[in-house]
Amino acid sequence: MEGLERIVREHPFFAGLPDAFCTLVCGCAKNVRFEAAQYLFHEGDPANQFYLIRHGRAALELHAPGRGPVTFQTLAPGEIVGVSWLVPPYRWTYDARALTLVRAIAMDAACLRQKCEADHDLGYELMKRFMPVLIQRLEATRLQILDVYGTHG
Amino acid sequence: MAEAVADPMLPQVARVQRRRRDGPDIWTLAIEPDMPGAAAAFAPGQFNMLTVFGVGEVPVSFSGDPAEGGPVIHTIRAVGPVSSALARLDPGAPIGLRGPFGAGWPMAEMAGHDVVIVAGGLGLAPLRPALYRLLAERARYGQIVLLYGTRSPGEILFRREIEAWRRRLDIDIEVTVDHAAADWHGHVGVVTTLIPRAAFDPLHAIALVCGPEIMMRFAIAALHDAGLADEAIYLSMERNMKCAVGFCGHCQFGPVFVCRDGPVFRYDRVRAMLALKEI
Amino acid sequence: MPSAGQAVLTIDGLQQLFDLLKRRGYRVLGPTVLDRAIVYDDIASLADLPCGWTDEQDGGHYRLVRRDDEALFGYAVGPHSWKKFLHPPTQRLWTAETTDAGVHIAAEPHASERLALIGVRACEIAAIAVQDRVLTGGAQVDPYYLARRNAAFIVAVNCGTAGGTCFCASMHTGPKATAGYDLALTELLDGPDHRFTVEVGSEHGRSVLAELSHRGATDQEVEQADAVVARTAASMGRAMCSDDVHDLLLRNLDHPHWAAVAERCLTCGNCTMVCPTCFCTTVEDASELDGSRATRSQRWDSCFTMDFSYLHGGSVRSSARSRYRQWMTHKLATWWDQFGTSGCVGCGRCITWCPVGIDITEEVAAIRDSEPS
Repeated sequence: MEGLERIVREHPFFAGLPDAFCTLVCGCAKNVRFEAAQYLFHEGDPANQFYLIRHGRAALELHAPGRGPVTFQTLAPGEIVGVSWLVPPYRWTYDARALTLVRAIAMDAACLRQKCEADHDLGYELMKRFMPVLIQRLEATRLQILDVYGTHG
Repeated sequence: MAEAVADPMLPQVARVQRRRRDGPDIWTLAIEPDMPGAAAAFAPGQFNMLTVFGVGEVPVSFSGDPAEGGPVIHTIRAVGPVSSALARLDPGAPIGLRGPFGAGWPMAEMAGHDVVIVAGGLGLAPLRPALYRLLAERARYGQIVLLYGTRSPGEILFRREIEAWRRRLDIDIEVTVDHAAADWHGHVGVVTTLIPRAAFDPLHAIALVCGPEIMMRFAIAALHDAGLADEAIYLSMERNMKCAVGFCGHCQFGPVFVCRDGPVFRYDRVRAMLALKEI
Repeated sequence: MPSAGQAVLTIDGLQQLFDLLKRRGYRVLGPTVLDRAIVYDDIASLADLPCGWTDEQDGGHYRLVRRDDEALFGYAVGPHSWKKFLHPPTQRLWTAETTDAGVHIAAEPHASERLALIGVRACEIAAIAVQDRVLTGGAQVDPYYLARRNAAFIVAVNCGTAGGTCFCASMHTGPKATAGYDLALTELLDGPDHRFTVEVGSEHGRSVLAELSHRGATDQEVEQADAVVARTAASMGRAMCSDDVHDLLLRNLDHPHWAAVAERCLTCGNCTMVCPTCFCTTVEDASELDGSRATRSQRWDSCFTMDFSYLHGGSVRSSARSRYRQWMTHKLATWWDQFGTSGCVGCGRCITWCPVGIDITEEVAAIRDSEPS
C-alpha cells in the first residue's frame, strides 16, 4: 500500500493531508486506468466512486436529443472528477469520458462516507478540500451560462 | 486651400481590397487607402473609425501586423447596421478611414517580463497586433502565454495562425471553448480556468486582457488569485463612440474618455469604475 | 489687456457700436424678447433690446416682468446660451460624392460670418472659456468651433441684477467679467443719465471704442459701476459650496440620494440643452437615394438619452438614476479630472428650465449633509 499512499499524498487535492488522515483515505483508494474514449461513468449511474486525475484528460458531457453529446467541461491532471457522491441520491448527473489515456486514483465513495461519519475531523478536512472545488466550478459555470461571446439584444 | 488646423473628423477615402469570413458574423477586411502611403503607422491596441458612406461610422481595432506595410487589417463582427454594412462590402468598394486613435498595449513595459495574454471571443483581434510584435522580438520577453476562450470550436478565430504559433514552440497556447461536440478534444470550460495552470512568474509578468467585459472581470480576478498586481494587468475597454477624439462625450467611463485615454487601460486606473454598475 | 482707465458710452454710443460692428461685417447678436422669454438673436438697434424687462426665475419657473426703469440689461440669462452660435445645434462636417472617378470627400467650409456677441455675462464668458478648453485646448481641435471663436467680437455686460437661480459668485465666475472680452460694459441708470462704463479687454476692443463717441469715466462713475456689481454679488439667488464637490460626489456614487433625484427627473435633457458648457454631440450620416452623395453632420446630443451610451444591444446607463448621476458628476466632478476646471459656471439655467425644478445646488447639499460617515 505504500506506493498508493505516496501517489495519494502527491496528488494536489490531498497536498498537506496529515498522515493519519492519509492512511484512512488510502484505505478507500485504488489505482485505475481508462483508455481513450472509455467512459468513467454515465449519467444516472450510482456515484460509487470519484476520481483524482493523475494523468490525461477527461470530458464531462450531457447528451441532448438531436445534438448528440455536448461537452461542458474538461478536467486535467490534478483535478477531481465527480462531486455527486457527496450528497444523496448519490447519482451521476452527466457522463464522464476519457479524452486520452487516463490514470487516476479511484476513491470508494461509500467507504469514504462511512469513515467521515466515524471521524468527523476527517469529514471536515475533506469538506475543506471539496468546497473550493465546488465554488470554483459554480463561478465558472455562471460565466459559461452568460454566453458572453454571443450577441445580445 | 490649406487648412490652418487639421480636421480630425474628416475621413480619407479607402477601398476594401479583400474580405475573408473568419467565423459566424465575423469578417476580416483588408483596406487600402486611395492615396498611396496614406495609411498611418499604428500601435497594437489602437483603432480606426471606419465609415460606410451614407450608413455610418464605427470604431474597429487594428488586427494586423504593425510592421507589415500594405493594407490595413480589421476584424469586424456584424452586429448592427454599420458593422453589417461593412461586412457586406465587396472588394473595390469605397470605405472611409479615420485614425489611428487611442492608447495601445504597453509594448515597451513588457520587455523583460513574462507576458500572459487572456483573450475572449472577438477580443483576440485587438490582441493579435501585440502578439505579432512580441513574437517578432521574442528574445526581449520571458514566457509568453496565450489563453484564448470562445464559445465553441467553430468560433475559434485565426485558427490556422494559432496552430502556426503553437508550432513555434516558444509560446504556450491554450484554447478553450464554453461548450463543444464530442469531436473536440481540447479544453472545455471558461478561459479563467486556464489561468491557474499557466506557467508564468506573477512577480515579473504583465497580463493583457481583452474580451466581453464580464469575461475580463472574471479573468482579472483569476489573475489576482495567481499573484498578479493591479499594475501588472492591462485591459481594453469598449464604449459607444461617435468622434474618437474626445469631443462627442459618448465614450466617457467615469473621468476617462475610452477613445483618447484608452481603449487600453492599466487595471488600477479603472478598477473602481469597473466595480460600479451603469457608470 | 484691461485698460487702466475706463470710458463711458451713452445710449447713442451703444447704438453707434451696433452700427460700427455691422459696417465691419459682423453679424450682431444680442438679447431680445421672443415668445415671452429673453433669447439671443440678431439685433440691429437698441429697440431690439429688452428695455425695461427683468426675469423672475426659480426652479422650473421663468417669467418676464416689467421693471420700473428703462434698463437695457436688467435681467439675468435666458434659455439660450452663446453655444447656440459658437457650437451650433447642427453642423455639417463633410460631403462625399461618388462619381466614376471614385469617391471624393469635401470638408464643410468653415463659417465665413463673423459674430459680434452683445451682452455676454461673466458666467457666459466663463462658459465660453470652458468650451474653449474642451474643443480647442487638447491634443485635437474642433476647427469649426475654433474658426467661429477666433472671429468673434465679445461685448460683455456686468450684471446689474442677479437672477433667482444665479450662483456665479459661489462658483467664482462672476458677476464681474474680468477677462475674455473685447469690451465690457456696466449699465448706470441713475436719474435721466443712462450710460455705460466701458472697460477695454483687447486691442480689437480698443480700436472699436476709438471710433465711438466716448469720454473718460470719472472716479465716481467707476465707483458706481463697482457698486452695481457688488450689489449683484450680494443678491445671488443660490449658492453652491463648491470647494470639495469633486471628491464629495466621487466618493458617493452609490449614495441613496441619486435614487431620490431619479424619481423626479424626467430625463428630458432640458438641462443639457440650456447649459452653456454641455458640449456632447452625435453624428448623423445621410445619403441620396441613388448613393451618389453622402453627408455627415454633427448635432447636439444629451447624456440623458437612452441611445447615448448604447453598447452591445443595450444602454450602459439605462436607469434614470445612472443618467442623472452621469450628468451631475461629469459637470461638477470628473470635468476637473478631464479639463482642470469645474464644468459648472453657476448660471442657474438648469434649475430654471428643469420642468420639475431639480436644483443642482440643493442636490450637492443633500449629498453632503447626508454623507454616511
